[in-house]
Amino acid sequence: MNRLVPAFFALLFFVFAATPAARAQHDGEAPEHGTEAPAGEEFNVGEVALHHIANANAVHIFGDWYLHLPAILYAPGHGWSAFLTSKFDAHHHGNGTKAIDHYVLMHGSILRIKDPSFPYGEVPVSDYAVEEVEKDGKKRDVYYAIVDGKRYELDKKTTWDAGILGGGVTSFYDFSISKNVFTLFLTLLLLFFLFRRAVKTAEANSGKAPSGVQSLLEPLIEFVRDEVAIPSIGKDKYEPYLPFLLSLFFFILGLNLIGQFPIMGNVTGNLSFTLVLALITALYYNLKGNKHYWEHIFWMPNVPTPLRLLILTPVEALGILIKPFTLMLRLFANITAGHLVIVSFVGLIFIFGKSGASLGGSVVGIIVSLILTMVMMIIEVLVAFVQAYVFTLLAASYFGMATEEAHH
Amino acid sequence: MEFMFFAADFSPIRPEPGLMFWSLVFFVLFWWLMSKFAFKPLANLLKDRELEIQNALDEAKKAREEIAQMKAENDQLLAQAARERAAILDEAKKMRERIVKEAQDKAKQEADKIISAARQEIENQKLAAIAEVKTKVGDLAIEVAERVLRKQLASDAEQKALIQKIIENAKLN
Repeated sequence: MNRLVPAFFALLFFVFAATPAARAQHDGEAPEHGTEAPAGEEFNVGEVALHHIANANAVHIFGDWYLHLPAILYAPGHGWSAFLTSKFDAHHHGNGTKAIDHYVLMHGSILRIKDPSFPYGEVPVSDYAVEEVEKDGKKRDVYYAIVDGKRYELDKKTTWDAGILGGGVTSFYDFSISKNVFTLFLTLLLLFFLFRRAVKTAEANSGKAPSGVQSLLEPLIEFVRDEVAIPSIGKDKYEPYLPFLLSLFFFILGLNLIGQFPIMGNVTGNLSFTLVLALITALYYNLKGNKHYWEHIFWMPNVPTPLRLLILTPVEALGILIKPFTLMLRLFANITAGHLVIVSFVGLIFIFGKSGASLGGSVVGIIVSLILTMVMMIIEVLVAFVQAYVFTLLAASYFGMATEEAHH
Repeated sequence: MEFMFFAADFSPIRPEPGLMFWSLVFFVLFWWLMSKFAFKPLANLLKDRELEIQNALDEAKKAREEIAQMKAENDQLLAQAARERAAILDEAKKMRERIVKEAQDKAKQEADKIISAARQEIENQKLAAIAEVKTKVGDLAIEVAERVLRKQLASDAEQKALIQKIIENAKLN
């Protein structure tokens, strides 16, 4: 089993082979690159930071090296398209040089050409452009792909935020194995093999003191059991929920920690993921809610009826939504904030160095940034544990509330 | 100068159906896989081990109690043995004393007996000696008398005188 692990990762490497693009071809095009910063333009830390914490369809490693991931796309009216992002033939900045079935790769993200008259199949794209337009009194960026000197407006992937957060339903859905999905997959594998190893050691060690990975994981499991599950749910009722709580704790912890590495995706700092986790948790504990729990929400005992109708029932009913909402937001905000701060600190190098114009500034920037980033990294590792713990603890306390027996 | 200038927006905050779908798939898969192959076996192992440790502790406690009890019993036995030993020694001492005393008494008695026998013997010897002396003295007196008589009655005349005298004395009294 243990020998299979490296073999598997080797296979993975070949499947999602990182491919350098042909440099010669690209160098000729470089000056025309539209998204290249015009000299003198201010370095925008915010934008860089936001880009770094975002999901991507092709993982930019460095230079022209990308980790090409499978793109799985669905456009209503056209159907499914699936291919490897290497097909976009990206060079600089994750900008593809080809459009495939209307899809283009811009800044490592897949976008879709809106124009229905645009031909399907492979079409060379010469450049991309961004334009700020005012729509409904709101300023927003519109992306364009330039094909044969003509600008085609690009659609972003569909998001379910009803336009509140700057997204909405568009002409396509992105089900790709993106950077975040790849990270999810990798984390799952890593944790699974780590735990299988611990189980094997534990089985071989039966009657002996723990050793190896077993010694690392057992205290964490015991921590979740003794400090989270048992105090929140109760000694005689915690057991059926322990695997779920452990899954929450270790998946969040694993993703938080793996998210600290460059190249790896920022999964726990993405609302889509925390939303799903919070929803599953809420669904689970509400399904397990007993009579006592529901009574306390809709008809609080020993309280005058007008008070129930006017205050308690609305508030408690709202609580059903607020609890998962806070779960979702807390994890997302904490991880996102940490990552933003780190990228911003790294950005200091470019601000002090005036984007490379000032060597002295760069040196000072590197020193300052190095110290600040290292301190922040330590805090981030702490936050990774704390947030996994907090999410699990709150989930456990909700399970506790849902399964608590009447004791009046 | 090569750096990314992206007009990136805050995309992580927008829930994407694709990422939500994969999150759901991977979390449920993780939950199922880990529960089945990692958490349950490990939790059971931990529980078993805790039980084992608890049992071992209980057993150790029990063994300690047993040992304490055994020790108390031992102490009791030892104390009893010491008492018995003292009693035996005491008895032996008394017996010794008695035997010695008895022996002494017996010896004394014996000595007394011997002494009294000796005294008796001495007395007897003394009496015998006295008797002998008496006999010897008698004999000597007789001898002396004999010799004296012999000398006085050596002639017939003397003899006739004596007889005469005796007859005279014996004359029909």
